[in-house]
Amino acid sequence: MTAASRRTASTESSVGGGGPLVRVELIVNGAAVSAEVETRTLLVHFLREVLGLTGTHIGCDTSGCGACTVLLDGRPVKSCTVLAVQAQGGQVRTVEGLEANGTLSPVQEAFLEAHGLQCGFCTPGMMMTATALLAKHPHPTETEIREAIRGNLCRCTGYVNIVKAIQLADRKMHPSGPSESA
Amino acid sequence: MIPPPFEYYAPRSIDEAVGLLHRFEGDAKVLAGGHSLLPLMKLRLARPRALVDIQRIPSLAYLREEGAHLRIGATTRTSELLESPILRQSYPILTDAAAEIADPLVRNMGTVGGNLCHGDPGNDLPACLLALGAEVEVAGPGSSRILRLSDFYRDTFVTALEPTELLVGVRVPRARLGQGNAYHKLEKRTGDFAIAGVAANLVLDGSGRIGTAGIALTGVGPTAILAEAAAAVLVGRSPDEDQIAHAARLASDSAQPASDLRGSVEYKRAMVRFLTRQVLERALARAGRAV
Ligand SMILES: Cc1cc2nc3c(=O)[nH]c(=O)nc-3n(C[C@H](O)[C@H](O)[C@H](O)COP(=O)(O)OP(=O)(O)OC[C@H]3O[C@@H](n4cnc5c(N)ncnc54)[C@H](O)[C@@H]3O)c2cc1C
Ligand code: FES
Ligand code: FES
Repeated sequence: MTAASRRTASTESSVGGGGPLVRVELIVNGAAVSAEVETRTLLVHFLREVLGLTGTHIGCDTSGCGACTVLLDGRPVKSCTVLAVQAQGGQVRTVEGLEANGTLSPVQEAFLEAHGLQCGFCTPGMMMTATALLAKHPHPTETEIREAIRGNLCRCTGYVNIVKAIQLADRKMHPSGPSESA
Repeated sequence: MIPPPFEYYAPRSIDEAVGLLHRFEGDAKVLAGGHSLLPLMKLRLARPRALVDIQRIPSLAYLREEGAHLRIGATTRTSELLESPILRQSYPILTDAAAEIADPLVRNMGTVGGNLCHGDPGNDLPACLLALGAEVEVAGPGSSRILRLSDFYRDTFVTALEPTELLVGVRVPRARLGQGNAYHKLEKRTGDFAIAGVAANLVLDGSGRIGTAGIALTGVGPTAILAEAAAAVLVGRSPDEDQIAHAARLASDSAQPASDLRGSVEYKRAMVRFLTRQVLERALARAGRAV
């Protein structure tokens, strides 16, 4: 049992409303977790309410804003529109899984240094999308960055510093290549 | 918002899935990516008693050229279309569409089968696959059938599928020499459904005449619309600007747009005309023929 799954025992009932139940088993940020929840439990609620991982935000709750973005088997998805049971057996990574041993990830450092956030509400989702992009596609052009974050809305920054932060993160992660281009 | 309660099943085979749909006789719904169904359930516009999650059925996940066809399995994700080298090379209309569907997050969940079965006239894949002359493979209790996509759409959110049937996949004639195709839609905001979208597929014969043509429209009627008259005027001709302008007018005439927040009837018709010219020119260029 991991810390996260032990935590579930007392909170299981908070997402139980009398509907059919299902046991959901996931690897979240590298740790195995397991909890019995209602079949209709959304992944975002499983993360926030069952596991207490409240770094993943709920913005619109209607599939429109990307604040709830997490990585499912490496790909960014809107966790308010995925059932926890759809992720069954999968690997989930949330913003809590970005730092390792007290050290921020390059994407986190870059958002801090390049002022890639103002209110911070979109930031966890934005950083998950950026993390997936840079893992798959080093040295993206500005156009490719803007395309990748199409589903992550920010009402504060105007996106300019978010794009700069992702370019900075790319230079930190892949120091050898071009990145200023485009 | 949380969907209403439902029983959940994750079958491992097509037979098992169809058996479950049969057992619930219309009270169960197929769950693919969930990116159209779950929003409807959150709003209580759909309240199925059971969900049959088909994403764990291995035989629904494929994308390959086989014999006379390109075949795409129902659970193929939109993002997989976008990343497919076969599509980029030989069926770029589907790459165009995948790049314009929603946003990368939605594309990572939404599937080809869901995009076709949802029956929303704003879905982008139906028009592209209509233009390509697609057929769908359907499995039901004890039988399976193949039907033309042009016979599939009945009305908004209404298809030819029985509630006990599963769409297994879609197939289109394999790409030929001299073939070119393209899709483009206009959107009001990033990631939104189309104001209007037009798909075009052309196959030129050895003498440069158009042998086969397909033109179809997104978002300007109760279902995706196959603009047959527009395609017919192109067949047998060497394409020139007048032909293209004529086809664009006919495509615009076949649209049945409604006035709404995305635009007026006149505006949408004008955009269909504009987009038809644009995608026909792009399709010809891709077929190796500039006008
Ligand atoms: C914010 C947002 C923006 C979007 N923008 C666009 C857009 O611009 N263009 C576009 O085309 N789409 C858009 N979509 C829709 C998206 O592409 C959906 O994913 C797609 O319409 C449905 O695919 P799905 O796999 O998610 O299907 P689901 O939601 O799982 O299913 C949809 C319907 O089809 C049925 N179904 C699914 N698969 C099968 C099958 N194999 N056999 C029988 N029935 C089946 C289900 O029972 C359900 O009724 C958008 C969605 C969102 C949330
Ligand atoms: S909260 Fe999930 S998309 Fe807005
Ligand atoms: S920083 Fe406020 S929403 Fe992006």
